Amino acid sequence: MNIWDLAKIVFVIALVLQGVPVLVWLERKISASIQGRIGPNRTAVLGLKAAGFFQPVADAVKLLFKEDVTPGAADRFLYQLAPLFVFVPPLLVFTVIPFGNRIGEEHLQVANLPIGVLFVMSVLSLGVYGVAFGGWASNNKYSLLGGLRASAQLISYELTLGLSIITIILMAGTVDMREIVARQTRSAFLSWNLFGGGNLLLLPSGLVAGLVFYVAALAENNRLPFDLPECEAELVAGYHTEYSSMKFAMYFMAEYAAMITMSALFVTLFLGGWHFPGLVDPADTSWIGGLLSHGVFVAKMGAVIALYIWIRWTLPRFRYDQLMRLGWKVLLPIALVNLLVIAVIGVAWGER
Amino acid sequence: MPSKELETQDMLLNMGPQHPSTHGVLRLVLRTDGELVSDVTPVVGYLHRCAEKIGENLRYEQYVPYTDRMDYLSSMSDNLALCLAVERLMKIEIPPRAQYIRVIMAELNRIASHLLAFGTFGLDVGAFTPFLYAWREREMILNMFEYVCGARLTYNYMKVGGVWKDVDKKFAEMVNNFLSIFDDKLKEYNDLLSYNQIFITRTKGLGVIPRDMALAWGLSGPIARASGIEWDLRRAEPYSSYDKFEFRIPVGRPGIGVVGDCWNRYFVRIEEMVESGRILRQALDGLPSGKFSADVKRGYKVPAGEAYTVIENPRGELGFYIISDGSDTPLRVKIRAPSFVNLSVLPEISRGVLIADLIAILGSIDIVLGEIDR
Repeated sequence: MNIWDLAKIVFVIALVLQGVPVLVWLERKISASIQGRIGPNRTAVLGLKAAGFFQPVADAVKLLFKEDVTPGAADRFLYQLAPLFVFVPPLLVFTVIPFGNRIGEEHLQVANLPIGVLFVMSVLSLGVYGVAFGGWASNNKYSLLGGLRASAQLISYELTLGLSIITIILMAGTVDMREIVARQTRSAFLSWNLFGGGNLLLLPSGLVAGLVFYVAALAENNRLPFDLPECEAELVAGYHTEYSSMKFAMYFMAEYAAMITMSALFVTLFLGGWHFPGLVDPADTSWIGGLLSHGVFVAKMGAVIALYIWIRWTLPRFRYDQLMRLGWKVLLPIALVNLLVIAVIGVAWGER
Repeated sequence: MPSKELETQDMLLNMGPQHPSTHGVLRLVLRTDGELVSDVTPVVGYLHRCAEKIGENLRYEQYVPYTDRMDYLSSMSDNLALCLAVERLMKIEIPPRAQYIRVIMAELNRIASHLLAFGTFGLDVGAFTPFLYAWREREMILNMFEYVCGARLTYNYMKVGGVWKDVDKKFAEMVNNFLSIFDDKLKEYNDLLSYNQIFITRTKGLGVIPRDMALAWGLSGPIARASGIEWDLRRAEPYSSYDKFEFRIPVGRPGIGVVGDCWNRYFVRIEEMVESGRILRQALDGLPSGKFSADVKRGYKVPAGEAYTVIENPRGELGFYIISDGSDTPLRVKIRAPSFVNLSVLPEISRGVLIADLIAILGSIDIVLGEIDR
């Protein structure tokens, strides 16, 4: 391991972990502006208020000092383990995501696994264990119901998510994450996978796949309108009802970390990763070019996440059975047909 | 091969009295099969404050503030119902200006209450933003109340004979200002929630109360009207000069929803806010001059006898039954609380629904626990 690898690992962990408070702040500010409120504006560091930017810090400190309660009848081992299970996968997934172009000969990516996309899919599906364990181990009926809902929901929507990722694999002809991005940098916007990856015939399929992926990603992250596992109206707080202090904070952070990872995935697979026509030159390997490409990547993630937040504060929530119906009877067939279309077009008019 | 079928057990889920969606301290004991609710038993009484018994120990004018705390979301109506009952016993003629002011206050309070019902119902089906929008408009109404009587929630504004304090030009301006923006806001609510496809699929055909059932259970207010019963006490037995105003009685219609379902119960309230706005405009335009209260001496005695008055409060038929023995305190007070009667139908319409639906049904009934437990 050279110094570059270490630096990149630290950077990626910091990116996700530091992204969480920024995201919390962003969510609170955007929701406030949607709802005609001001949002957090009181916390200050050395008299600097910065529009409540330090509010998440205060929240974290508050949670640290709270009592860490374990219910008497809980399954102690699983109860302690569950928050880790939801928190680790989003961090792991980020190892294979190229978060920028190159600086010199170093690609801005922690590890370029040859099976990149498959790794992402397998690690993402680990998250459901944390939710199911948490719901079961708390020995609380609301938690149990939330855990059950979550496992059913995550497993259902993972299929759809997987199918739309396969669509991208077909388009790109590779499962190598770096290669997937590189193929999207060949020309202007039309080479983005969302717009067909350079093949105009695939434009509708790319859009459909992007939409299906986005909806499934909302469901995977338990965001409104799919936040049934933790809907406060019915299940108090769902699977993390009994959790307090830092264990609750782990769940809370995991939710936002998962959002960051999912949006990074969406950007990588559909929106051309770190590439932006006219702004980033793929051949530029200087420090400035590398940092610029990373900036573009983060900005795209921000846009995807802003849409997440906008949706959350606008829509009501689905019912459990309606959610399942949408997943199995609408999104899954659409994704399947889309896959078929791409396969047929790829065979008939493919480049190879 | 297993020779015996696996035994399954119902789950007993205790929802409340501390729960985000029971609208106060209601406790629901659910028997569920997984997510499916097989039986609901509402348990009430956590907010019981002996409000009726207290009434027997207080003079009439002292009892008015206690009525504020029954239906705390529409205190004006509770004030009004008590005053009307006492006035009927005393046979007082109420000045027209006082009657109009009472109508204005009751309708403003109806809008405020329906706004809250709209917002919390949105919250129950998972939409958070409409709740704060409703809060924003309700704030304007509360500011008017604060201006005119100093209180924002428990007004104690009406008294036997009229009201405590006259309204002035600035108040009329505030109401007009509110009405001028309110139609746009209602359109915003409809766009955001009422016609939202997710919202409609959540509420359509859910918890249907057929017309017969509504009659048999004695339901009243928006719930009965959503089931297609065109019954509104403001029209059927006009009190406080309601017969002088033009307004429509919204009823549940087939179309987007099914008659008597959650969507119609929700939408009847939206339409009622429009009608309340119409009544407010008429009342402000035709506000007569004169006294804002009849002359009633302090420490008055009420002639012996009994009186029962019903009014249409935002939740339905609110009745005050008072027996007087000729002294200055009532001998017996009995209150017919609409929420209490309306809640009783909940177990009937929520067998076999999902837990999420139960919350939606409860939200659509729009109960106030202060009134149920008294």
